[in-house]
Amino acid sequence: MTAVPDIEFRAVTKRYGAVTAVRGVDLAIPPSAFVALLGPSGCGKTTCLRMIGGFEQPSEGQVLIRGRDMAGTPPYRRPVNMVFQQYALFPHLDVEENISYGLRQARPRLSSHEIALRAGEALSMVQLAGYGRRKIHELSGGQQQRVALARALVNKPAVLLLDEPLAALDKKLRTDMQIELQNLQREIGITFVLVTHDQEEALSMSDFVCVMNGGRIVQLGQPSEIYDEPADLFVADFVGKTNLVSGKVARLSGDLVDVALADGTVISARKRVPLSRGEAVSVSLRPESLSLSAPGSGSLKGIVRNRIFLGSTAEYAIEVRGIGSLLAKADHVIGQGNLFKPGEPVAIGFAAGAPLAFPHANNNGTNQREDQNAEILS
Amino acid sequence: MRAFVVAVFAFLYLPIALVVLFSFNAGHHASEFTGFSVQWYGKALSNPFLVEALKNSLFIASTSALLAAFCGTAAALGLQRVGARTRALFDALLGAAIVVPGVVIGISTLVALVQLFAVVNPFLASLWPTDQPPKLSLGYGSIIAAHGLFSMALVTMIVGTRLSSLDRNLVEASSDLYATPLTTFRSIVLPQIMPAVIAGFLLAFTFSFDDFIIAFFVAGAQTTLPIYVFASIRRGVTPEINAIATIVLCASVLLVLLAQWQLGRRKPSP
Repeated sequence: MTAVPDIEFRAVTKRYGAVTAVRGVDLAIPPSAFVALLGPSGCGKTTCLRMIGGFEQPSEGQVLIRGRDMAGTPPYRRPVNMVFQQYALFPHLDVEENISYGLRQARPRLSSHEIALRAGEALSMVQLAGYGRRKIHELSGGQQQRVALARALVNKPAVLLLDEPLAALDKKLRTDMQIELQNLQREIGITFVLVTHDQEEALSMSDFVCVMNGGRIVQLGQPSEIYDEPADLFVADFVGKTNLVSGKVARLSGDLVDVALADGTVISARKRVPLSRGEAVSVSLRPESLSLSAPGSGSLKGIVRNRIFLGSTAEYAIEVRGIGSLLAKADHVIGQGNLFKPGEPVAIGFAAGAPLAFPHANNNGTNQREDQNAEILS
Repeated sequence: MRAFVVAVFAFLYLPIALVVLFSFNAGHHASEFTGFSVQWYGKALSNPFLVEALKNSLFIASTSALLAAFCGTAAALGLQRVGARTRALFDALLGAAIVVPGVVIGISTLVALVQLFAVVNPFLASLWPTDQPPKLSLGYGSIIAAHGLFSMALVTMIVGTRLSSLDRNLVEASSDLYATPLTTFRSIVLPQIMPAVIAGFLLAFTFSFDDFIIAFFVAGAQTTLPIYVFASIRRGVTPEINAIATIVLCASVLLVLLAQWQLGRRKPSP
């Protein structure tokens, strides 16, 4: 892509005293994309967003907006707007005054007619036409969220920044807003940068997901890529549900490795990074890639401990001797009473190519993530 | 336990209730109630000395309260930007300023002012072209300064509390919406802290209006209402004094209630 990226990070590092929140991040966000910065708390995603907004200055490196270096540019001179986590609506102003706040700062001044017109448009855009004279505290959480969106979008920013915008909403509203945000982004066609710790939210809404951990970008890709081809053990574990099973590399053959599990079973897995014979590995098994059948076939044998029936699917917790508990997910087909009962023995098979092998607790592994979190929290 | 509580409250409020009651006394004596009348209110308000003292008090209270509200708010805003340690030190000093007894403030302010005048007056005289240079002396100015100084600590504390509960996100949101720091202060911060500023002003006014001790030391030849009342009591407590006391009491209670109401409205978090 030859277009100038809307947002570009060049070797950006941010330190707070002894704590490094962001470590040498390089990132280019193409125009008109919906990008999610995803990661556990303390991974540096919010710091990145605040550096785009101008509320934090990078300790090293550059942040560019549409090709312009933003060093020294205060928030009020940046062509971006932010939707804050707790919305940060001005409590002493009514809905319309909140929305037109940004427009009223424009120099040369806009006519009051134009301000009213654009504020009205913004209100209808978020389906709050007629709410202009309401007080902020008279609105529900969902409505406040929409006002915050309208207040940012009415200024037609180059980029809209969203800091965990749905965290304060209940589940039903959250799903509605996810769809609405997606529609809004397509309609307006500007870049949305969303910060979230909710992997489901990131996967469902965005065109690109940027997974962060310990101040670094671990993987950048389309949601399906992130889910199907996680770059490392951390991403595999953090994005979506997965079973992690330890084993040792028994045989290498091209992209595939045979992994001997603790109980002696050997399964074939794909590798994403070079592995050597005898190396301790963790194998990631997505619950939906496990197939359950009556005992006799399959690679592993286990006993159903719990069954969680979810309507279209059913989840099983299966106890496998020597390995532990595995989570399996099976589609439920109406009319076929093929549900396994707790206590029933089952055989577990794996979809070909689904198991992924990663070096066990390597530099990017799960254990280190916990260390880093502990370091940031302490 | 209940009897004890009743006794404590009776001890606190019965004398005040008696003052209010006797201000409506038809008779001349402060000790026997002979009938209901408002004649003492009329007498009090037609006493030229008393009216003069009341005017002085109102002028001093409003000027010193304005001064305190302005400087105290500025101080509270400035304290937002200092480090945690400096902040703690200033908070402690503010608290100390409020608990220091009035006598101490009165004497120390008097001493400080007199020393200041001793330096400034000859200096002014040497600069002045004519024979009659302006001479600083105790009076309006010194009472306003002393009251303003004390009330400033009060306002700084009240406004500071409000500022620390102000949502920082609001300031950031305003900045994000293209408002310069000055605009953000004018359209976001000031409206948010205004109730505290008004409450601070009202409390400062009430304090200054009621204060006897500090004013007594630094008043010079001026008379404020509390000083006048104190002076008249030496000639005996008359129902006229009771009437003045009742007026002051009502005004003070009203102002404090108004201040409370100001602090309670528009909580920073919606």
